[in-house]
Amino acid sequence: MLDVHDPAWTALFLSLKVAGWSTAITTVCGVAVGLLLAKGRFPGRDLLDTVLTLPMVLPPTVLGYYLLVLLGRQGPVGQWLQQQWGLNLIFTWQGAVIAASVVAFPLVFKPARAAFESIDDQLEMAAQVLGVSRIAIFWRVTLPLAWRGILAGILLGFARALGEFGATLMVAGSIPGKTQTLSVAVYEAVQAGDDASAMKLVLVISVTCCVILLLATYLAPGRKPAHP
Amino acid sequence: MQLNLAFRKSLHTGQTRFDLDVALHSSASRIVIRGPSGAGKSMMLKAIAGLVKPDSGHIEVGGETYYTDHARRPIHRPPQARRVGYLFQDYALFPHLNVRQNIGFGLSKRWFNPRKHAADHRVDHWLNALGMSDLAHHYPRELSGGQQQRTALARALVMQPDLLLLDEPFAALDPDLRHVLRDELDRFQQRLGFSMILITHDDEDMRALGGENYLMRAGRLHKMEALT
Repeated sequence: MLDVHDPAWTALFLSLKVAGWSTAITTVCGVAVGLLLAKGRFPGRDLLDTVLTLPMVLPPTVLGYYLLVLLGRQGPVGQWLQQQWGLNLIFTWQGAVIAASVVAFPLVFKPARAAFESIDDQLEMAAQVLGVSRIAIFWRVTLPLAWRGILAGILLGFARALGEFGATLMVAGSIPGKTQTLSVAVYEAVQAGDDASAMKLVLVISVTCCVILLLATYLAPGRKPAHP
Repeated sequence: MQLNLAFRKSLHTGQTRFDLDVALHSSASRIVIRGPSGAGKSMMLKAIAGLVKPDSGHIEVGGETYYTDHARRPIHRPPQARRVGYLFQDYALFPHLNVRQNIGFGLSKRWFNPRKHAADHRVDHWLNALGMSDLAHHYPRELSGGQQQRTALARALVMQPDLLLLDEPFAALDPDLRHVLRDELDRFQQRLGFSMILITHDDEDMRALGGENYLMRAGRLHKMEALT
């Protein structure tokens, strides 16, 4: 079980790599978008929220199809990437990162928006009157008061990215050792009748997701912090 | 100190419209404004502090122009660039910072908060002056209403404002404590020489604090004879 060349571990490491990168991307973008939607007053705010929430309700295969259309060789973004940088994202692990990021994004920006909105406006006003710049207020008041909610969303997003199947399969395919993530490997193992492998993979991902969910529950807003 | 202000601000919420139209010219060091809730008292203080931008007019405090709609040289100084202190009705203490950090908040303009135990003689001075030294490491939620009020007062006064704005500072306190805190405020003002504008819906505040008295009704300010 602890053989590092075991395909199960290869798949787990690939899943963790993909989920890790996607978490980095969704964290930065999710906090920025959450802040924009919480504090910004601009036309089309509700529409933007709706469009960005779509990945939560659309079937992942539909998202995968959209991404293929966008990023594929004929797609507008895919063509541009190919011409400008010689990049191709389809059937690569980077493509899997994009797929996982899109799917996990609502799980990150929604709690971030809620966390920012739950902060009393007067605190930021008080800080302004005390002469502290807006950017310093973000680091000294806004973020410290919102981080629990944000972190809970990030963990949920990570778990979602780790388990991503549909969109990943559409965009990145299932190349063992290259783009075959754990959840895709489970499907392949079952299809091939390899029950022993499937069971091992399923146990590995179940334990990993349990740990993440426990962490997310512990950090969820409403819980009293263990110490101030 | 000379106060010279005349400005308008309209607010629309749904079908209702509220017009604030305020003019005040005074060299009194103590101005007390009474009025029913919703009369625009808080909005007036927020405009003076720079938290609300008027539609037109001018705001001058101690010979410095904080706001003017002058056609060629309009000015709207941000709150950070006004020498004003603000005491919010429910104190707006930073819940994630202890008393010492709250009082010292405005003394550092950097991107991180003062350390929990950071020594600063200005903070120590105010902890002593308000009898809060034993509570320096307590968090706002561990304080009584009067202690929170004192912390907020120290946080404002440590910045040495020219003008202190107080938004119903005694509303949440019991009568005995009101009396004590009025006396404290009176003492600090005489010692430090800042001017203040205090808003209240309590006649007792007017009688006890004296100064120049105004009545705010439906967004307009009316001068009153001193109550005896």
